[in-house]
Amino acid sequence: MPGLIGKKIGMTSIFDADGKNQPCTVIELGPCVVTQLKTEDVDGYAAVQIGFGDQKNPVQAAAGHANKANTTAKKKYVEFKDFAEGAVSLGDVLTVEMFEEGEFVDIVGTTKGKGFQGVVRRHGFAGVGQSTHGQHNRLRAPGSIGAGSDPSRVFKGTRMGGRMGVDRVKIQNLQVLKIDTEQNLLVVKGSVPGAKQSLVIVEK
Amino acid sequence: MLTIDERIKCTVMDLIKYVQEKFVETKEFPSFAAGDTITVYYQIREGEKTRTQFFRGDVLQRSGSGTTETFTIRKMSGNIGVERIFPVNMPNLEKIEVNKRGKVRRARIFYQRERTGKSARIKERRG
Repeated sequence: MPGLIGKKIGMTSIFDADGKNQPCTVIELGPCVVTQLKTEDVDGYAAVQIGFGDQKNPVQAAAGHANKANTTAKKKYVEFKDFAEGAVSLGDVLTVEMFEEGEFVDIVGTTKGKGFQGVVRRHGFAGVGQSTHGQHNRLRAPGSIGAGSDPSRVFKGTRMGGRMGVDRVKIQNLQVLKIDTEQNLLVVKGSVPGAKQSLVIVEK
Repeated sequence: MLTIDERIKCTVMDLIKYVQEKFVETKEFPSFAAGDTITVYYQIREGEKTRTQFFRGDVLQRSGSGTTETFTIRKMSGNIGVERIFPVNMPNLEKIEVNKRGKVRRARIFYQRERTGKSARIKERRG
C-alpha cells in the first residue's frame, strides 16, 4: 500500500456537510522524500523508501545515504511495497495531495505507554470472587495460572500482569474529512493511536 | 524565552487552531452567561423538510473554548427538567435571543437541578 509518514498534532471537532459534529484528529503529513528505490535485482524485493523530518546531528553514513536523493538525513524512514511502478523516482517530494477528501485510510501508530498493569486492565480479566460477603484482596487477582505437578511449569504465553502499551497498532478505515495543502495537514475522523507529536504512517 | 518544549507546544496548538479557524464557521450571537434565560432557534430536519424549533430555558454553563465551545440550557417541561447541550458554532443554530439576564454568583449553576418552585427563581440583573 502506498502511504506517507506524518506527525500527530492532536484532536478537535469540526462540522460536516450534514451539520453533524465530527470528532477528528489532525495529522501533519509530509512532505516526504523518496530516498531509495529498492529493486528485485539489487535488494531481492521491490519497494520505495521514503523519509520524513530532519535529523538534528546526522552521522556521515546517514547524510551520505540521503545525499543520493539530494536531501538531508531524515528522522524516520519507511518502505512501501505497493507504489505503482514508475510512479515515483529518487528525490521526489510526496505531499498530502496524494490523498483525497472522503477516502478511507489506514493509520499506524505507537500507543501510549501504560506502565506495569495488572491482568484486569491488561487482558480484561474479571478478577476473582465477590467484592462483598467477607471476601477480600482477590478482587483483581488473575486466578489459576495452570495445573500443578503435571506439567509442573507455567505455559508460555499465559496472560499475566506486565508492561502495557507502546504497541504498534493499525487503525483501519478512517475517513479523511479535510485536507490542507498549505500546512500539509490531514484531518481524519476519529482517533489515532499514540501521543501528540508521535510519528504515524498513513496508508492509502 | 521559551524552552524547546514550550515552543513545540505552541506550534501544536497553533496548528489545531488553524484547522478550527479554517474548517469551522463561527457565528455571531449576543453575549450570555450562566443564569440568563435565553431562547435558541434551531433547524431540525424531518425527512426532506426542515423547520425551525425553539428551546427556551436557563443557561446552566458555558463549557470549553474556541470553536468547540458549548452551552447547556435547562427548562422545566411540566414537572420534568429537560436539558440540552448546544455547540456554539453548530450550523443548524439560527439565532439566540436573550430574554432575561440573571444574577448568579458562579459560572456553573448546577444547584438549579435540585431546586423547584420558589427556590428555583433567579434574580434579574438590572443595568
